Amino acid sequence: MEKKTGKKIVGGIAIGKIRFFEKSRNQVSRRKEEDSEKEIARYEKAAKTAAGQLEELYEKALVEVGETNAELFHAHRMMLEDEDFRESVIHIISGQKVNAEYAVAAAGDRFAEMFENMEDEYFRARSADIRDITERLLSVLNGSENTVVLGEEPVILAAEDLAPSETVQMDKSRLLAFVTHYGSVNSHTAILARTMGIPALAGIEISRDWDGKLGIVDGEAGVFVVDPTVSVLEACFKKKAAEEEQKKLLQLLKGKEDVTLSGRKIRLYANIGNLQDLTAVLENDAAGIGLFRSEFLYLESSDYPTEEAQFQVYRRVLETMGGKKVIIRTLDIGADKQADYFGLEKEENPALGYRAIRICLTRTDVFKTQLRALFRASAYGNLAIMYPMVISAEEVHRIRKISWEVKRELEEEGIPVGPVEEGIMIETPAAAVMSDELAKLVDFFSIGTNDLIQYTLALDRQNEQLEEFYDPHHPAVLRLIEQVIRNGHDAGIWVGICGELGADTGLTEQFLNMGLDELSVAPGCILPVRKAIRETL
Amino acid sequence: MRSFEYRITDEAGLHARPAGLLVKEAKKYASVIRVEKDGKTAEAGRLMALMGLGIKKGDLVTVTAEGSDEEAAAEGLEQFFKNNL
Repeated sequence: MEKKTGKKIVGGIAIGKIRFFEKSRNQVSRRKEEDSEKEIARYEKAAKTAAGQLEELYEKALVEVGETNAELFHAHRMMLEDEDFRESVIHIISGQKVNAEYAVAAAGDRFAEMFENMEDEYFRARSADIRDITERLLSVLNGSENTVVLGEEPVILAAEDLAPSETVQMDKSRLLAFVTHYGSVNSHTAILARTMGIPALAGIEISRDWDGKLGIVDGEAGVFVVDPTVSVLEACFKKKAAEEEQKKLLQLLKGKEDVTLSGRKIRLYANIGNLQDLTAVLENDAAGIGLFRSEFLYLESSDYPTEEAQFQVYRRVLETMGGKKVIIRTLDIGADKQADYFGLEKEENPALGYRAIRICLTRTDVFKTQLRALFRASAYGNLAIMYPMVISAEEVHRIRKISWEVKRELEEEGIPVGPVEEGIMIETPAAAVMSDELAKLVDFFSIGTNDLIQYTLALDRQNEQLEEFYDPHHPAVLRLIEQVIRNGHDAGIWVGICGELGADTGLTEQFLNMGLDELSVAPGCILPVRKAIRETL
Repeated sequence: MRSFEYRITDEAGLHARPAGLLVKEAKKYASVIRVEKDGKTAEAGRLMALMGLGIKKGDLVTVTAEGSDEEAAAEGLEQFFKNNL
């Protein structure tokens, strides 16, 4: 077994025979040809045939990858018919009294070199286009075929590099995956793989010895395995089956309502940690964002992020989500998440230490900057703000006083602020126990089960040794959750769960029977949870 | 001869696609149309030469038209640059 790691281009799993693909480079020899007229006529005829081929490829690509990407073949055609290129070929034929093949290859080299020496990366990459059309012309002149024949059985195609003209000519029903050495996320091959829904990897050093062997492509993990052992193969079949199950769910449940059999509507939202996650939120059809961890703004920065920088990010999330609810959690730094410029001291018990709202309430300048950015962004969508790690009513009073001040300042400056729900996370046993009091002070509760479990059970979730004692279904935790939901409803506010337990479909029915209003889970868990909701009475 | 100056605002600059469109546009006119950047000149009807100028966002180019329909060509081309580049 051989295992290689590369770059993910398109996710997914493929298992099948490997087919090594090698470009057939046209051999070109220089011959004296006194009859230049004849050679020029051969060249002109070949150019016409090549232009016709490119037109056919354009039509084919139009269907397979869409107009924008198909345009490439029109560009190739224009390069092929370019006056300078044509003149250059004719000049070499008649000037040196040589054959058309040699003249085409020489002119191609010259133009490819011109692009190779350019400063800009985009223009440098165009030299590959020149080489592609030169090869095409040579194949026509030599009467050789440059199509890729794949055979009967579907294969994983392994190649150093693939030109767009090569991929577009392939019989797509015989392709399981692409594995290449070169190529990027934006290459033609990548676009094709995405539209076809097959995995693709790049950055793998290809060996011709793999031809005919069994291979596994794990697109998501960026792994390519040749000659897998039985256990690896088995694990992959399992993973592939799960993936297909997920895809089926996607087809079945996309666009469907999150409603129980008895007709109660549940809000099923997604948890995200940065802007890149937004794609997955939309793909998985979440009804909103139930937890946007704002920490990445601080962790990916070398200094405190400015109000403006934060505003732009929040605004983008809100605008992307349209009018859907977006719940942004204020800074939850400390414990396992550290940023140097905060100058936080090392602590004996970081989980019980200086973190989250405790930092915000003592460093009110940092807190106010974030709140200003949030309230400013609220004019651009349906925003809710959520405060983490609360333990007392007194803290909530302090938070609400600061947020009220920020809102009033903005009003005085004439900056529009939308209606914003303000809620707290229930992730400490103290908050759960006091939830009847806290519910009167806020617009909603979101239960953070990860911390709630660790604090309730006095069990460090990062300590592997404790695994056997770690029981997320512990009745103490479930009782607390039930109590929080009841207290929230008694005060007329809605209650959700945004911790990992929310995605545990073994508990969905129980949660909904407790009266839970909202579930916020990782984007990939949206559809399985939707399924569970729709199967609950 | 008619000419105008234009600063490229398109993120990708004069890459293959707009260059191809420019070639088509230039061929509509009888006049000879040239694009100049930093003292280097290319005929607008020649794709590879145009791309060889390596025109990027922020570059200032001078476009000239010379011939029987130079007035219409300059106007048409200026509109083309505004719309596409």
